[in-house]
Amino acid sequence: MYLTDSEVINQQMILPGLFLLTLHAAEVAGAARPGQFLHLRCGKTLDPLLRRPISIHFTDREKGEVSLLYRIAGKGTSLLSQKKRADKVSLLGPLGNGFKMTDGNESISVVAGGIGLAPLYFLLCELSLTNRRAAVFLGSASIEQLILVKEIKALGHQVYPCTDDGSSGFHGPVTELFEKSVAKRGSDNQNALTIDLVYGCGPRGMLKRLCDLLRQKQIPGEVSLEEKIGCGVGACLSCACKIREGGSGYRYHRACVEGPVFKAGEVVWE
Amino acid sequence: MSGFAGNDETLTKLDLEVNIGGIRMKNPVATASGTFGFGPEYAPYIDLNLLGAIVVKGTTLEPRLGNPTPRLVETSAGILNAIGLQNPGVERFIGENLPYLAGFDVPVIVNISGDTIEDYALLAGKLSRAGGVAALEVNISCPNVKKGGMQFGSDPAMAAEVTRAVKQNTNLPVVVKLSPNVTSIVAVAEKVAEAGANAISLINTLLGMAIDIKTMRPLMGNVMGGLSGPAIKPVAVRMVWQVYREVRLPIIGIGGIMTADDAIEFILAGATAVAVGTANFVNPRATMDVLEGIEKYMVEKRVQNIYELVGAAHR
Repeated sequence: MYLTDSEVINQQMILPGLFLLTLHAAEVAGAARPGQFLHLRCGKTLDPLLRRPISIHFTDREKGEVSLLYRIAGKGTSLLSQKKRADKVSLLGPLGNGFKMTDGNESISVVAGGIGLAPLYFLLCELSLTNRRAAVFLGSASIEQLILVKEIKALGHQVYPCTDDGSSGFHGPVTELFEKSVAKRGSDNQNALTIDLVYGCGPRGMLKRLCDLLRQKQIPGEVSLEEKIGCGVGACLSCACKIREGGSGYRYHRACVEGPVFKAGEVVWE
Repeated sequence: MSGFAGNDETLTKLDLEVNIGGIRMKNPVATASGTFGFGPEYAPYIDLNLLGAIVVKGTTLEPRLGNPTPRLVETSAGILNAIGLQNPGVERFIGENLPYLAGFDVPVIVNISGDTIEDYALLAGKLSRAGGVAALEVNISCPNVKKGGMQFGSDPAMAAEVTRAVKQNTNLPVVVKLSPNVTSIVAVAEKVAEAGANAISLINTLLGMAIDIKTMRPLMGNVMGGLSGPAIKPVAVRMVWQVYREVRLPIIGIGGIMTADDAIEFILAGATAVAVGTANFVNPRATMDVLEGIEKYMVEKRVQNIYELVGAAHR
């Protein structure tokens, strides 16, 4: 965990309201794992006061660079989008647990909704480094918002696009296409995918549906949750996530330390 | 005690040591309860040994799950929180968190909270016997729990009763943390002093709330929460000023301290020590920056002993 003033290498608008920020932070780039996040000071004044947690999109360890893909959601991210090359950004990280990467040969699926693709892309990069291939279900509002399809294919993964308006790929929620494509192990449906392990990130409703499906189909998986994060280091207890414990019991876990990635079956949804 | 005051010829060591009702602190910079966890959270960023004191997260007799989310809302130059005293309970605190802190050369002040006066008495007893605790900070000012908390702090007679119960069950110095959600902070401070408190810390958070105008619903799970951060600093400085004039107890000043300048303002108003809270969330090194800034200020003002600054704005 580092606290450092990092230099902006590049800030690029990918789509209106969607930005790719590249920072120079060699130690962070070296240490970062998929699913972890950085906690950034977006402004210089007391308003907004808190840092903003942004998941790591990918790293370039040779150049010592970390890239973040983020959507403007309010005052903080709006200020962040105004940072220019050579500006300094105070950075805390890498924080959080990250996805558990296995070195087995499970068939992996990735289910991403909207900006939820940001941390999963890092995971896909890491998988391809060891020649592992995943089935990637990509959900977005429309074809214009459907990003990184070419890049993910170039990494060797299979892409299954979905759009809310039907402008590209499957017409409907990404979880619906995922459900149609899944076969429980031992199923005789020959067209169905075999899936041993699932990684997911996206809006709350989508993740809840995904976790329900995984439980029904008894497929293990991990999901990255988004919670309001205050300190980022586990002190303020703001980013509490309800995690199953005992039979019907639960306990609050900190998204910033024990999370933001949790086992799909352990998250208590309301 | 680092840095030097005076001119080049007569270098004099700065004296930053303070005594808060029997708690010997090597400098006046502490952490505010609830903003620093139990210590290890910030150990990657600062040397805990350099702190004047660590005030740990509020502890209760039984474990508490805490409030539903959202627990945090950012406001202009501040945050609203309603954590609900989530903590592992005093037994696990003593078994698991206290041994970690024993590895550092820093006084540990344990913040205690209860539903009843008996809870406070029991907590005081258990923590006094545990060893490794430098003092107790009695939380009679938490706005985010249904029972106890702020109720004790808003009634001067009740505040005194809690203080007496704690004093009867401990030989440790007792700091009472006051709520700003009262008509007269001085009235509460006077009663708490009469009841035997060794020091006073102020202020806890100000009760507030925020509404989402899109959904037309309160933004927080608990509806209301405690406001902290720079937004509350002027209120806190005013209350330190008032209590310093009327009550002869050392004060730990708390409320929106982001920089050394903020901390110095509290000291000039009458605080003998300060606690840095919300600033830790923004800058994990905030306590160290505050400490270094105080030293620099002393050098600039040619002040050798920190006590020369305490309450200096009154003189």
